[in-house]
Amino acid sequence: MTEIVITGLGATTPLGGDLASTWAGMLAGRSGVSAITEDWAADLPVRIAGQIAVDPSAVIDRVKARRLDRSTQLALIAAQEAWIDAGFEWEAPEGSQVDPHRLSVSVASGIGGLHSLLNNWDAQRDKGYRRVSPFTIPMLMANAPAANVGLAVHAKAGVHAPVSACASSNEAIALAVDQLRLGRADIAVVGGTEATIHPLPLAAFSQMQAVSRRNDDPEGASRPWDRGRDGFVMGEGSAVMVIETLEHALARGAKIYGTIAGSGITADSHDIVQPDPTGEGQSGAMIKAIADAKLSPSDIKHVNAHGTSTPQGDVTEAGSIRTGLGAAADGCVVTSTKSMTGHLLGGAGALETIATVLALRDRMVPPTINLEDPEPDLGIDIAANVARPLPAGDLAGINNSFGFGGHNVAVVVTNANSTR
Amino acid sequence: MATTEEIRAGLAELVNDVAGVAVEDVQLDKSFVDDLDVDSLAMVEILVGCEEKFGVTIPDEESKNLKTVGDAVAYIEAHS
Repeated sequence: MTEIVITGLGATTPLGGDLASTWAGMLAGRSGVSAITEDWAADLPVRIAGQIAVDPSAVIDRVKARRLDRSTQLALIAAQEAWIDAGFEWEAPEGSQVDPHRLSVSVASGIGGLHSLLNNWDAQRDKGYRRVSPFTIPMLMANAPAANVGLAVHAKAGVHAPVSACASSNEAIALAVDQLRLGRADIAVVGGTEATIHPLPLAAFSQMQAVSRRNDDPEGASRPWDRGRDGFVMGEGSAVMVIETLEHALARGAKIYGTIAGSGITADSHDIVQPDPTGEGQSGAMIKAIADAKLSPSDIKHVNAHGTSTPQGDVTEAGSIRTGLGAAADGCVVTSTKSMTGHLLGGAGALETIATVLALRDRMVPPTINLEDPEPDLGIDIAANVARPLPAGDLAGINNSFGFGGHNVAVVVTNANSTR
Repeated sequence: MATTEEIRAGLAELVNDVAGVAVEDVQLDKSFVDDLDVDSLAMVEILVGCEEKFGVTIPDEESKNLKTVGDAVAYIEAHS
């Protein structure tokens, strides 16, 4: 089967304005969660979030930014970094670097242009319909990040934006890999983005009892598998990769980080928000992904878990990892980088797939911070509080992402050694 | 009552804010589309900005007649 390699990476997250600073923060076990100091948060039960480290206004031209939702701005910043990292020039003339008809984009957002939607409604309600921006629709649509990335790189082989809540960007990766394997493109820009730190989603998640209220200890609020956890912490940011067929990458002499070896998708068909407590769908996604990668569970040395820090979700996933990997779970280091970034929702899968790739490259698994009092009998080996080394040789890892609606998407990556 | 130059200068600020055109380029003889590269959606934002700035209502059907900066300034002078 066509091998799909990773040749460019980019991110802007609560830990840093680029991938290097984000990854350094993860390995150091630094929290990117902080108090929301804006007045609008004062009356909310949740006043903490993983807020972006470098505001997009510091990077994107003001006039251009007027027409782009914050979620799209973040995606463009991450995409630009990934595209340049892959050896290309950003906003170069069409056709000067890659055949546009062989280039696709698959960049997801779980929720879409929330700020644009709500800010324009505020304007309409308060000042009348004439105050609604004529750009509102192209700013709020959930495919706006993908479409704008597609415009920037001149992608004509298809631009996609699969939506599956917090599994969205893993699904975007899986979709693009399928397209490359089917020969519908040679190279793809893939990833996800989210920017929903706004009173409405914070109130809504809070009403669901889904988010942490540890307002007096922001850095300690996201604590996957710790007995003191009380929900996830919302984060914002974007992560993007350039992936391509091995043949295409070799022909242009690209550097190779590793491979996207396979993916597995299942749906729980159990409940609109609660995961199936048996974990059948979650472990099924992992089993499918390992089979798709033509690997065995014993090849999987690392799992970047969905691990959101919710009371039920973390326990269910630990069981699913145990079921999915079987006895091989004993030799596998598990972590949740959400303990540091918060939960980037539609951006989470892409950021955590990149973290998995870098963990295999550096043979170092970033820690799950705040794991002071672990749930008993989880049956998985978690890199608690400090980074954990991985062995020499070929390595494979899994990134899990699960979304409201019962979406489960697992992505298997390998380190660059596997391609030689 | 604002002078022609005051209206032109105020309009130039709006065009700069919405479309990033340098204020000194926004002169009476310039066409919004052909000279200043202001697209139709940006034009909507600029005209709504004029309503707030100059207290004038510019109906949608009128906006297509405002092809140059001078057209817009004259309309604002006549209706504010």
